[in-house]
Amino acid sequence: MLEVRDVNVFYGDLQVIWGVSFHVERAEIVSLIGANGAGKSTLLKTISGLLRPRPGEIFFEGVPIHTVKPYKLIEMGIVHVPEGRRLFVEMTVEENLDMGALKGEAKQEREKTKEMVFELFPRLKERARQVAGTLSGGEQQMLAIGRGLMAKPKLMMFDEPSLGLAPILVREIFDVIKRIREEGTTVLIVEQNVKQSLSVSDRAYVLENGRIVLEGTGESMLNNEHVKTAYLGV
Amino acid sequence: MDAVAVEVLLQTLIAGLLLGGLYALIGIGMTLIMGVMKIINLAHGELMMVAMYLAYWLFVLLHIDPYISVLIVAPLMFFFGMAIQRFLINPVLKVESILPENQVILTVGIGMVLANLATIFFTSDYRSTPVDYASEAWYLSDFWRNSPIELSLSVPWTVSFVMAVLITVALWFFLTKTDTGKSIRATAQDIEAAILMGVNVERMRLITFGLGAALVGAAGCLFIPIYYLYPSLGGKFTLIAFVITILGGLGSTVGAIIGGLILGVFESLTATYIGMGWAPVGRFVIFIIALIFLPGGVASILRRHRLGR
Repeated sequence: MLEVRDVNVFYGDLQVIWGVSFHVERAEIVSLIGANGAGKSTLLKTISGLLRPRPGEIFFEGVPIHTVKPYKLIEMGIVHVPEGRRLFVEMTVEENLDMGALKGEAKQEREKTKEMVFELFPRLKERARQVAGTLSGGEQQMLAIGRGLMAKPKLMMFDEPSLGLAPILVREIFDVIKRIREEGTTVLIVEQNVKQSLSVSDRAYVLENGRIVLEGTGESMLNNEHVKTAYLGV
Repeated sequence: MDAVAVEVLLQTLIAGLLLGGLYALIGIGMTLIMGVMKIINLAHGELMMVAMYLAYWLFVLLHIDPYISVLIVAPLMFFFGMAIQRFLINPVLKVESILPENQVILTVGIGMVLANLATIFFTSDYRSTPVDYASEAWYLSDFWRNSPIELSLSVPWTVSFVMAVLITVALWFFLTKTDTGKSIRATAQDIEAAILMGVNVERMRLITFGLGAALVGAAGCLFIPIYYLYPSLGGKFTLIAFVITILGGLGSTVGAIIGGLILGVFESLTATYIGMGWAPVGRFVIFIIALIFLPGGVASILRRHRLGR
């Protein structure tokens, strides 16, 4: 479904991603794990078109997307839930959700999808008219995910969904991610919370210093010696 | 306080509010552009001047009342603003080596060119638009025969104020109820997140600059019946808009409305109690007070209130 082929990314003259290739198949949950600064978020931003590969190619359902204008990707079915929620903090919860469904089919079914999101996160319904900046961290993450779901995505990419959340909320968020996949949406997660994300993932890639150094199924990664010492601290 | 003193005070406050409503309209245009583009449009007053000449000539040549010419001038200014954004500002925004604070200088240049073109074409003569209701007024004693005090409401000032309010309300509906309006606000709050949500940010910039120009253009039409016109008046109104934007808090529409009203009332009070010529001094005193004691502007108070902090 998503294929990243030999991608290199620079910030100015500084190369941060070195020849990275990976793929995500339909209805899979795939994790990209790695330490702070390994290039995980950069990679997601490159898939979303906020950064461009130089050189490299990215295909979504066989169509090259590294040349497509970034704001058109959501219409193609790719949603990026960015690191740090990035909500529109001075807009209400409901307005934030509306922003997720600006185009095409998602716009037509906006009210229906909204009901579905409210069902998934009843807390958001209670706070529908509240300004997003007044929500707690967990609620903000729910809203960020809800806003993404409003686009009726085929592929959903999460950047550090567990960042700054209490353990019980982390479990809740990952449960939601599993449910999203059960509904048929493909998921790509970038995480520092290695244990949680590996346990929900079908497959995972380890990114170190801008290169993929390891790949395998979620389970095999949990038992991998390198992953254990470097990321799980056991 | 005797009746005369009360009369003077109330009359001053009324005049200040009426002026403030028009100021708010000018300020909203600048603050919208500031919010989305992150640059101060220092040609804002000059855009108003252009709109005023349009309204003036529509009146003199075609006898179209300035209040009706709003409907012609505002759309024209919308396209003029979009053209400025598209052909002058956008190319500069794209050059990474020009810092945003330097991109502002371009708008200063645009303002200079507009002011000087107006001088070449229309001479630097002061003109006033001879609408026949220019000096009409409503008096309190006409409605309340035994009123202990006498107050008056100038007809053109009042009509201009009411129209400014109507335009502001229409703008509020546009910004909160339509997808395009929400997209403009989203772009101002977080440009990257807006792109991820599928907002065509370049298009929002075009619309926003057009909208800002249309709003200040509408304000220009509303000023025509009550103000005189000359090519270099833009600078003064750019400054006023700038003070309002700072007073309101950069990029906040509600802040700009309140900032405009505060400035109008404050100027009016200075003019009455200190002297006509001191109104600009009052303007800068309040500007400096705002910078020292309320650097975030009215918006910072609103935000604190809304976030419950």
